[in-house]
Amino acid sequence: MSNHHDHHEEGHGSYSDYVIGFVLSVILTVIPFGLVMTGALEKSTTLITVVVFAIVQIAVHLKYFLHLSFKTEEGAINLMTFLFSALIIVLVVGLSIWIIYASNYMMMM
Amino acid sequence: MLGKLSLDAIPHDPIVIATLIVVAIGGLALAVALTKYQKWMYLWKEWITSVDHKRLGVMYIILALIMMMRGFADAIMMRTQLAAATNGAAGYLPPEHYDQIFTAHGVIMIIFMAMPFMIGLMNIVLPLQIGARDVAFPFLNNLSFWLAASGAILMNVSLGLGEFAKTGWVAYPPLSGLQYSPGVGVDYYIWALQISGIGTTLTGVNFLATVIKMRAPGMSLWDMPIFTWTCTWANVLIVASFPILTAALGLLTLDRYADFHFFTNDLGGNSMMYINLFWAWGHPEVYILVLPAFGIFSEIISTFSRKPLFGHKSMIVASGAISILGFIVWLHHFFTMGSSANVNAFFGVMTMIIAVPTGVKLFNWLFTMYRGRVEFSVPVMWTLGFMVTFSIGGMTGVLLAIPGADYILHNSLFLIAHFHNTIIGGAVFGYLAGFSFWFPKAMGFKLDVKWGKRAFWGWQIGFFFAFMPLYVLGFLGMTRRLNHTDNPDWNIWLYIAAFGAFIIAFGILSQLIQLFVSFKNREQLKDTTGDPWGGRTLEWSTMSPPQFYNFAVEPDGKGVDCFHAAKQNGTAYQRPEKYAPIHMPKNTPDGFLIGMLLTACGFGLIWHIWWLVIVTFIATIAVGIKRCYDNDVDYYVQPEEIEKIEGEHHAALQKQAEMRA
Repeated sequence: MSNHHDHHEEGHGSYSDYVIGFVLSVILTVIPFGLVMTGALEKSTTLITVVVFAIVQIAVHLKYFLHLSFKTEEGAINLMTFLFSALIIVLVVGLSIWIIYASNYMMMM
Repeated sequence: MLGKLSLDAIPHDPIVIATLIVVAIGGLALAVALTKYQKWMYLWKEWITSVDHKRLGVMYIILALIMMMRGFADAIMMRTQLAAATNGAAGYLPPEHYDQIFTAHGVIMIIFMAMPFMIGLMNIVLPLQIGARDVAFPFLNNLSFWLAASGAILMNVSLGLGEFAKTGWVAYPPLSGLQYSPGVGVDYYIWALQISGIGTTLTGVNFLATVIKMRAPGMSLWDMPIFTWTCTWANVLIVASFPILTAALGLLTLDRYADFHFFTNDLGGNSMMYINLFWAWGHPEVYILVLPAFGIFSEIISTFSRKPLFGHKSMIVASGAISILGFIVWLHHFFTMGSSANVNAFFGVMTMIIAVPTGVKLFNWLFTMYRGRVEFSVPVMWTLGFMVTFSIGGMTGVLLAIPGADYILHNSLFLIAHFHNTIIGGAVFGYLAGFSFWFPKAMGFKLDVKWGKRAFWGWQIGFFFAFMPLYVLGFLGMTRRLNHTDNPDWNIWLYIAAFGAFIIAFGILSQLIQLFVSFKNREQLKDTTGDPWGGRTLEWSTMSPPQFYNFAVEPDGKGVDCFHAAKQNGTAYQRPEKYAPIHMPKNTPDGFLIGMLLTACGFGLIWHIWWLVIVTFIATIAVGIKRCYDNDVDYYVQPEEIEKIEGEHHAALQKQAEMRA
């Protein structure tokens, strides 16, 4: 069975990685939080900004905390798995919402 | 004490009673034989508790063949009923029995015949093809098998106790809800699918980990043989889609057991969501079935044309494209549900696009044969039969992909003809091709050719007689799931279809005779070298049946068709100076125990025997925890033993080489 005993710990990130990740996360949280609290921008603009910051925040977490990268074979497989799962979830959930929404609309619900 | 279970649960139908008596006599005869030849311990030690992927593969295929018998018995009953019940006659199957039969036929053939057959072949072949000594999680593999067997047991218990679902294999609510199906039939359906579905998900995880972590040194992902690749795509689909089924059935369970209203019209439920979720699993499921079959055809056509597969890489990419596109076409199963025109148009176009990568594959096979020395062996005959049959099924599929046409053809026998055309002509022919191709590898002797060809012609000719009339009947307006008919125009086609079913029966019978004859002549048919067909991939470098540790030394897996290359440059079958100990997993009864406990748990849930549910559920968890703390799970095979086994293999190879010279 286990042919490969040469299992080595890799990609748990360095101290600086975590600090950069933490600082970026704080910035990416504080700005949208501030926008909502102060109401400095219009409502629609605020919403778009919050969503954009959230997506960037996801990427930051993946890179600095979950250590997804293309650098090693293991990392590449992890990243591919993640992207594939994300794609399938977006497709299945997104299309399901569209299907059910459209059929409800046709039935005037 | 016994919940809803009472003596009334035993059916009074003479057909069912006769079946039960035959099964009881058969079971008793088997038990007597096992006792007489003192094989119980052998069965327990070598098979039931085995974590060896090859043994598990064989057990999966035995399960598939047994369930194929039952599923086919259902099929021939439906065809004879419809041939008898014309011009307003009632036939011999009353509607409530007939409805159970077509539901059971669908569930059995998809979940308990095709899936175990596919997983069985994958178990036997995949680890060998990548040069691994077992799968990544051998115990989990054993557990997966017993979960599949557990579902199959519940499925068969429904024959003798209570009833099976009368809803069709899709079990759409509200028909499958408590109000319209108050009996235990749908509960049998739910728990049989749920338990075996968990097993399938675990198999998917297990084999993905295996191909990622346990490939032979030098074998890159692109170097993996095409069967391994198509199985890998199928496993990706399993891992991504089976949880959807688990969730959909879970919601249906809550509807039936706890008065939830996810799928009922009152209290804001929506049955369309079930249909949507079911097919979000159901469509990837058909690709789970057919992709490995495509891999089997690829291996066979390349081996018997004595050429590398045309477009190895394009085959991998095409399979990947099918896998991803397979996730965005599911609405074509319910165009008529009444979503918007845009939704239908999107899914219709996506469905047609899927024909493109499939077409790529067909051309790859044709170009592989082109200027090859094609040997018309039994596996090649299945492959050629598939190419013709499946192409027809593909074309009618593209017809059905047009939403406008689907509004006319949906729910008609045209649809039934189409999906049997692709599943039998695609998946089943593939598994049967793989069965005859890898049989010598798994069992150590080849299958009888004469009966193999008879089986093929029985299936091939029978298929066209049984299903082409259904296309016609679809155009004539006959809908599916009818119990009896009253339209003289349909009669002749129904008779021809029933005749076709009997030709298929001849094909199946030929296969049983083939097994019997081959077993009888196993000495003449013996495969001494382990490479009976001049194979190209690593599984053929082992003995037949393979050494229990598969490879004494990790093989070099570099390049596509690496074993063929090794034979060409003389590096195959090299013996090392000395062998190193091999790390192997120990057999364990825990998978079997969990499987049987969950069978009892499922039975309790079906009949509302709550004490049984609680006891068996706690016991299941307990066995799981016990297994987690078990440290005695592995051992080392010593070099002396390896030396002895390998010596035999090399002596056989030497003898063969001398005979050739």
